[in-house]
Amino acid sequence: MFTGGLIHFHLLVLRLAPRTGGRSFGLQTEVFFFLRAFGSTHPGLEPAVTATRRVLCTGLKQLFYGVFMPPPFDLLPALLSGVVVTVQLTLGAAVVAFVAAFIAGLGRFSRSRLQRSLAKIYVDIFRGTSALVQLFWVYFGLPLLGISLDAMAAGILVLGLNVGAYGSEVVRGAIKSVPREQVEAAVALNLSERQTLWYIVLPQAVLFMIPPFGNLLIELLKGTALVSLITLSELTFRGQMLRTAMFRSGEIFGVILLLYFLLSLMITFGMRRLERRLAIGQDYGGVE
Amino acid sequence: MSFDWNLVLEILPALLSAFLVTVQASLLGMAVALLLGLVWALLRRSGNRLVAWSATWTIEFIRSTPLLVQVYFLFYVLPSFGLSWSPLVTGVIALGLHYSAYTAEVYRTGIDNLPKGQWEAAMALNLGRFDTYRSVVLPQAIPPMIPALGNYLVAIFKETPVLAAITVNELLQTAKLIGADSFRYLEPLTVVGILFLIASLLSARLVEKLEARFVPTE
Repeated sequence: MFTGGLIHFHLLVLRLAPRTGGRSFGLQTEVFFFLRAFGSTHPGLEPAVTATRRVLCTGLKQLFYGVFMPPPFDLLPALLSGVVVTVQLTLGAAVVAFVAAFIAGLGRFSRSRLQRSLAKIYVDIFRGTSALVQLFWVYFGLPLLGISLDAMAAGILVLGLNVGAYGSEVVRGAIKSVPREQVEAAVALNLSERQTLWYIVLPQAVLFMIPPFGNLLIELLKGTALVSLITLSELTFRGQMLRTAMFRSGEIFGVILLLYFLLSLMITFGMRRLERRLAIGQDYGGVE
Repeated sequence: MSFDWNLVLEILPALLSAFLVTVQASLLGMAVALLLGLVWALLRRSGNRLVAWSATWTIEFIRSTPLLVQVYFLFYVLPSFGLSWSPLVTGVIALGLHYSAYTAEVYRTGIDNLPKGQWEAAMALNLGRFDTYRSVVLPQAIPPMIPALGNYLVAIFKETPVLAAITVNELLQTAKLIGADSFRYLEPLTVVGILFLIASLLSARLVEKLEARFVPTE
């Protein structure tokens, strides 16, 4: 690999000649430019030296890839920009999901029958159908009704609402798991309904929500791969493009699987830290 | 443009027969998931530390990577090992493999929930490892798992549209083809959504019934 890099570098240096105005230089001059590339410049040599510097940089980059990125990892630079889109999509959808989960989850306890049934209908529709079908419906179906969203917006909206529907069940379950006496005590203390929710119920319920929310976040990350099918150029989409260009399917999808795995490990550890942070100062009422 | 009801009637037969492919893929996928999940769960309980550890991390890996990428991996990579399966078979294997990571967890909690006395009694009767699992542990552990496993069957059913990416002619793929033909995606996709919704709501009801039947209430 090291020699590979050097050979590549030498070839690049030889390609220098046409770039420097058609004049060809001998090897000695090449070395001279090579050495001058980092030092001061004579005005007449300026073009040759900048060209050499550029070539030198490319050569060093090649050398770096050759040494540090043996075959499967040479795919990484091409895939990492896809990772960025995947992360953006995950974060955007997570915000939508979080808001939707709380609105629908709290809506299920509402005193208004209309709000309760609206929340239920939302949850049933998004949990009862497939995320991919929802995505296609919004991206290909809605434009016929005059609403067009780009792939990123459609992905964030649909994945967010889909995961939010599952999240609302988490919120509902966590609120239900707060012992009844807590609410009764709040009533006895003459706290308003809103105070009871914000200061008594939610701070205790949130702790129950963290582990299932962590799992949902991983499901969301996995769901972002679906958005590649409505042409958003995220990680999986890049993989498909590389596959058609390079015919190294095994390596490409292997590396992509590893990248997704690393991302979800990060989510797992992040959620664990968050849980420990939030648990500080919490008293479990002797239940633990 | 508005919703075209005549088109709905026209495409309904094609979509209903695609629905059968979807159901078929889900059931076969579930069968694979049930078998493979049990294998994972037993490997995880193996006395050999290395085996148990590898099984744990394999499950973790399968569970935290996207089904779609796993489908691509199997679809494009298996042929280079001389295994050229049809898209449907590849899809079923991928679904089964993915959900085996989930069913493995169900099996594990089911087996862990069995009272310790059962194991001790089996040991007292001098049963071997295989006989203990076959005649004592699994017959008692499996019935309470049935509702949870039923939920995963519904989950698999909802994930089958992913197989459209490798041209399996299930519901979504059929809807896509109709859309490409008629330039109307709204109607076929809406019908597909409604079919899924009906099937999921019905099966959710069924799972509730299973729960009442199989899960002991304290």
